[in-house]
Amino acid sequence: MSGVPWLSLIIFVPWAGALLLAVRPRLGGRAVRLLALLCSLSTLAFGLALLGSFDRAATGYQFVEDHAWIAALNVHYHLGLDGLSLILVLLTGLVAPSALLASWRQERDPRLFQLLFLFLQGSALGVFLALDFFHWFIFWELSLVPAFFLIKLWGGGAATRAAYQFIIYTMAGSACMLLAFAAIFAATGTLDFTQLAGLAASGALGVKLAALGGFWPEAVFLGVFLGLAVKVPLFPFHTWLPPAYAEAPTGVSMFLTGVMSKMGVYGFFRILWPLFPAPLHAASGGLLWLALGGVVLGAFAAMRQSDLKRMVAYSSINHVSYCLLALFAVAAATGRSGLTSEPAAAALSGALLQMFNHGLSASALFFCVGVLESRGGGRRGLAEFGGVRSAAPVFAGLCGIAMFSSLGLPGLNGFVGEFLIFRGVFGLAPWAAATGCLGLLVTAIFLLTFYQRVFHGPRAGAGAGEFCDLSGLETATLAPAIALMFLLGVLPQLLIGLYNPLVTFWAGHLTLP
Amino acid sequence: MNLLPWTIYLSFGGAALALAAGARSAAAARWIALATVAAAWGLVLAAAAGFMPANGLQTLADAAWVPSMGVRYHLAADGISLTLLVLTGLAATAGVLFSWNIEERTGEFFAFYLTLIGGVYGVFLSADAFLFFVFYEIAIVPKYFLIANWGSTNREYGAMKLVLYSFAGSALVLAGLLWAYAAGGARSFELQDLAAAAAHFTHGEQLGMFALVFLGFAVLAGLFPFHTWAPTGHVAAPTAASMLLAGVVMKLGAYGCLRVAMPLFPAGLAFWQPVIAWLAVAGIVYGGLVALVQDDFKFVIGYSSVSHMGFVLLGLAAANVRAASGAVLQMFSHGVIAGLLFAVVGRIVYDRTHTRRLEELSALPLHRLLPFAAVTFVLAGLASMGMPGFSGFPAELAILIGAWQTAPAWAAAAALGVLIAAAFTLRVMQLAFFGSAREVPALEAPATPLPAITPAEKAGAILLLAATVVVGLKPDLLLNWITPALQSPFFQAVLKGGAP
Repeated sequence: MSGVPWLSLIIFVPWAGALLLAVRPRLGGRAVRLLALLCSLSTLAFGLALLGSFDRAATGYQFVEDHAWIAALNVHYHLGLDGLSLILVLLTGLVAPSALLASWRQERDPRLFQLLFLFLQGSALGVFLALDFFHWFIFWELSLVPAFFLIKLWGGGAATRAAYQFIIYTMAGSACMLLAFAAIFAATGTLDFTQLAGLAASGALGVKLAALGGFWPEAVFLGVFLGLAVKVPLFPFHTWLPPAYAEAPTGVSMFLTGVMSKMGVYGFFRILWPLFPAPLHAASGGLLWLALGGVVLGAFAAMRQSDLKRMVAYSSINHVSYCLLALFAVAAATGRSGLTSEPAAAALSGALLQMFNHGLSASALFFCVGVLESRGGGRRGLAEFGGVRSAAPVFAGLCGIAMFSSLGLPGLNGFVGEFLIFRGVFGLAPWAAATGCLGLLVTAIFLLTFYQRVFHGPRAGAGAGEFCDLSGLETATLAPAIALMFLLGVLPQLLIGLYNPLVTFWAGHLTLP
Repeated sequence: MNLLPWTIYLSFGGAALALAAGARSAAAARWIALATVAAAWGLVLAAAAGFMPANGLQTLADAAWVPSMGVRYHLAADGISLTLLVLTGLAATAGVLFSWNIEERTGEFFAFYLTLIGGVYGVFLSADAFLFFVFYEIAIVPKYFLIANWGSTNREYGAMKLVLYSFAGSALVLAGLLWAYAAGGARSFELQDLAAAAAHFTHGEQLGMFALVFLGFAVLAGLFPFHTWAPTGHVAAPTAASMLLAGVVMKLGAYGCLRVAMPLFPAGLAFWQPVIAWLAVAGIVYGGLVALVQDDFKFVIGYSSVSHMGFVLLGLAAANVRAASGAVLQMFSHGVIAGLLFAVVGRIVYDRTHTRRLEELSALPLHRLLPFAAVTFVLAGLASMGMPGFSGFPAELAILIGAWQTAPAWAAAAALGVLIAAAFTLRVMQLAFFGSAREVPALEAPATPLPAITPAEKAGAILLLAATVVVGLKPDLLLNWITPALQSPFFQAVLKGGAP
């Protein structure tokens, strides 16, 4: 087992698949799809294989690969996996193959599509596993390129504009982050996340950055923050998201919401929080309001949408904001006297679980909207369907489960994550939890409206004519996610067990330098 | 290593041969040119393989030339020169490959081309300021003929403007050097001796000399607001000349700033530093913004060069080893990327579509008609945006880090340029290649299909792409040469952070 660079394999098998597709232009459509699916599934296979030897009690990085790379910038090829990375690798392994299956019937240039998709998948995995900024930033930025082309070339009518908005917003954030890390390197001489976290914990990083003088130390924090906040996206940096998610083809929307939005949240947990505990604490009052803005306004905005895909996109903003709400509440409470680690552990544990759950449920919902769209001849308005349940009972059932998972029905996975977050946040910042409940309520309203209008009532609109039920392929795309929603709803410890020691460790070490 | 001076002699010899052979056969001239640049590049790579970076300037040839003035024929190289020699060989080879279709007076074309290359090699190898200057002029003159004879849009105007700017810059350099020579009393043009003599100059003298020499060189490096020759010259030039102009000739200016102006007059740099840095930042931002609104494909690339060279000048102005090493790396990176972009625009696209107007190009489904060009341009564009994984990224990162150490505000302002670069690159990528992505079924392909991509074009593009990716993933290959050279005693007075 040891000696094999497992983490490199996880990242580079999809890239190798992409390369293979690039140099074999004459492969048939079927061979291309099968090859891409196999490469995409490799992530899940590797992730499950690692579960066997993953030490669940450890809080440090495992399967570490660390090789000197660029001496002049002290850059290392540094990969490592902990509980947080592991669940995101597993999530990628689940969402990516489903997204490919959802694009199985994509007829326009399937080779280029699958090639870009595998490239995107490998880049996202690299973000979850790289521990050196230089290395990490390569994956972070390279993931934009395939996503941009996937949206632009295969998206809907306004895709070009949406793709540009997406890439310009994200690159603006990235430029801020790059600048901030240039400053961090200038001050410390390292770009390694673990070393920087060590420096930050001892307070040395803050002291070194303070030497820049003026408002520059705050600017460095702000730079990293902006880079991540745009990617998540945190309210009010979210405006690129609804058009991008709505215009992207179904499979790409699934991956964007399932995996790429987690890249930003992951960055908050892996980079911003460990590197800037004190500035994050200082800013947490305002940040809590921003997270609440995402939770509440995201939900209200979703309620106002008549386009189902945009509705799901806004609900995505609402759901990822819960993760940040939990993190900011923990940051706000850090250093408070009389704080026990219990609510913090609950909030953090819930946040991680919510990342995974949202990946499952949001990608399933995007898939369901995609099914409606393909049956409805490209229409996907809330008012354009009716009575779909009587025509397609299986579809109605599975889609309903995904919705109830998304709105947090007990017994399904979504409930556990949100419950833990709210339990934790009530202990840390009660007012924020109370306000956030509004988001839960509104989410229930718009998702139930969606369900009622589209699936119930007399058959109408695009649902009135021939509306066939899910095909075997479509069922296979949706079924794994639905099965996991039940399984994790009943046995959340299957997932929580993977990262619980890590979260407990974090919650037990909440001190300001 | 000791064969490096042969790069100069080979190029000049090849120029004569190409001229002679070209009278009879264009093909012979082409093959002679290719053999010459490839052989010279081979010499550089062979020298690079055995290069020991720890030492400072390593003398390759040294003989008295004009004893009465103390002028010596002194050739020497260190890691900085070597990096730029590798770039020159690469750009020259690719340039010949992209000039394979020159039919008109082929022999003369390659004769001028190789003379230019020989001059560039000479500049990068000179350790004597006078010799440096001579090679510098040799490199400038053929540019005029290349542009005026084989150029396109507004070629007389572009060629004349470029040469006037270059000569004005040279005149400033010459004035500064003669002043230093006279005031120092060292009776020598050796860079080492001039640097030693400069220690005795008054503060005012240093400021004046530095201003003359640095400004003179910076004109050729495209320093804002003296950059206007660059876009017009680039646009007017034939493809290979644009590639060399952006790829290596602009580097001559930056190299002159680094090799001559800065170490000779450290007090001058200390005084003028903020001015230069802000001009560099202005160039980064202004060049990018102008590129954002151009309608001529080639002008976009021309202004992007101004923006990228701004990073080089910022790296030099930051005056520490980290930023300067980034600047040298950026010289290499920009040389490769700009060469590639000009090749796609000028040769691959223009020679087939006969238009460079983005409005007209956007009506063509170019990504379907010329998929190879589209892929090449997308990759080159990503590299030009400073995307990680390509050579521009480590270079810009090192410059930003170094700028932070000197003045955070410079770094913050320059980062804006990174974003603007993304914006104009994406815009031109969209307009030129994917403009009509949606209306493809409606648009018929042109009646006569565009000529296929030739093997020479493919070879040239792949060569340059490979270089930017290899250096992007392993910048140590070059930084391990550059950094020790910048830490040598020669640069100690002017660059902070000499010790690693």
